[in-house]
Amino acid sequence: MDLLVGLAKTTLSTILDVLPIAGIIFGFQVLVLRRPIPHLRRVLTGFVYVLIGLSLFLVGLEEALFPLGKLMAEQLTDPQFIYGAASEVSTLLRWQDYKWVYLFGAAIGFAATIAEPALLAVAIKAQAVSGGAINVWGLRIAVALGAAMGIALGTYRIVTGTPLHYYIIAGYIVVVVQTAFAPRLIIALAYDSGGVTTSTVTVPLVTALGLGLASTVPGRSPLIDGFGLIAFACLFPMISVMAYAQIGQWRARRAGTRRQE
Amino acid sequence: MDQKLGCFFCSVRDSIRDLLPIIIVIAFFQIAILQEPIPNLGRLLIGTLLVAMGLTFFVRGLEMGLFPIGESIAYGFARKGSLLWLLLFAFALGFGTTIAEPALIAVADEAADMAAVAGVVPDQPQALARYALGLRLTVALSVGLAIVLGVIRILKGWPIHYLIIGGYIGVVAMTAFAPPEIIGVAYDSGGVTTSTVTVPLVTALGVGLASSIKGRNPMVDGFGLIAFASLTPMIFVMLYGMLL
Repeated sequence: MDLLVGLAKTTLSTILDVLPIAGIIFGFQVLVLRRPIPHLRRVLTGFVYVLIGLSLFLVGLEEALFPLGKLMAEQLTDPQFIYGAASEVSTLLRWQDYKWVYLFGAAIGFAATIAEPALLAVAIKAQAVSGGAINVWGLRIAVALGAAMGIALGTYRIVTGTPLHYYIIAGYIVVVVQTAFAPRLIIALAYDSGGVTTSTVTVPLVTALGLGLASTVPGRSPLIDGFGLIAFACLFPMISVMAYAQIGQWRARRAGTRRQE
Repeated sequence: MDQKLGCFFCSVRDSIRDLLPIIIVIAFFQIAILQEPIPNLGRLLIGTLLVAMGLTFFVRGLEMGLFPIGESIAYGFARKGSLLWLLLFAFALGFGTTIAEPALIAVADEAADMAAVAGVVPDQPQALARYALGLRLTVALSVGLAIVLGVIRILKGWPIHYLIIGGYIGVVAMTAFAPPEIIGVAYDSGGVTTSTVTVPLVTALGVGLASSIKGRNPMVDGFGLIAFASLTPMIFVMLYGMLL
């Protein structure tokens, strides 16, 4: 019964979410472009599918994965877990004590990014546009690896309490340097993949991890240090996607020279 | 089409494969590291099944609805040749989809609480709500402008990296002047703006525009709209923090 109520509620809020978008699109199509929409029936069915899909997706996440994921984030950052049953909470903070948190951050960052529907959409489009040169799974795994690295580093930052902007600025410098060397075709897509990693699945899980960590590590405030994980998850996929293309280019070049010999 | 429909179960299977990593991670940490049983196993399984079904429907709807309409709008504007309407559409799409974004509402509320702790706004519900709304409007405005800028870039064929690197320099410069408590929120706001419905639409719009204009490559010029939409909110939110 709970499930049905949740489903009805989520469907309603999804409709409210999609309605302004649909309004803008159909409004411009009818009033400005003054052209009938090609395959109107099919497009409308598609919109209904998107609504159903998103609602089921969100309800499933809320029902099952989020509560458990959030609970685990709390348990893993709990001082009792970190310092053992003896619970001699040392005043000396050692970043090594949080090794499971970094690993969990990386693993959940990777897994949540693979499940992210927005990334799937961009990957499908990229594969179609590039004529298969960019592969859906290749791109998704590259982005997920980037997100995993970013979140692991982000949790390390919360534990050590170093300023966020040092990391972000250093990341930007890496992105700028890579841009100079990466194949031109990948650059726009790489920049885009920063933004798509963080939506429906990743944000709630990662936020729970950040807030849990910032409220249990001595000397950190959840309000000041809890933010910033999403920024990490946005920055590192750009680096990893460009690296993915660079590795591909390098291998192609090596294969080419070998063939010449 | 019929073949696609016939393979509904294949796409359900694909969706389950997409979710497998998340299940493995949760099961591994729960059982091996935390050494606790998984609570509500049945509920977890039902939830996962719902997520898999949802993902399947979403992808189907994407290919039937969101991608075609995004492209048809792009072709329509390219044929009509009215720059003003195109830019107005771009702004409306960016602004309209961001203002109602649930992730942004959550971040804005948290940011308001933080501003109250920092003493920027008085700790009263009304003042907090106003601060959060202001933040949401700021982000929505910046996303609208970002899509407009991104569309102009596609039309003119400007290389994306100059604009993005310029934006980074803006972010870094603003970081030096913005109040420290807003920096984390500002950096995060870039990531939360782009929702699951907006991304496919905006991508289809960009690719459609780039492929209907002569001399533009959909791969080089078509992508990049989302990059703008994740960059400008950082600058605008820091500006908001500085002005208030």
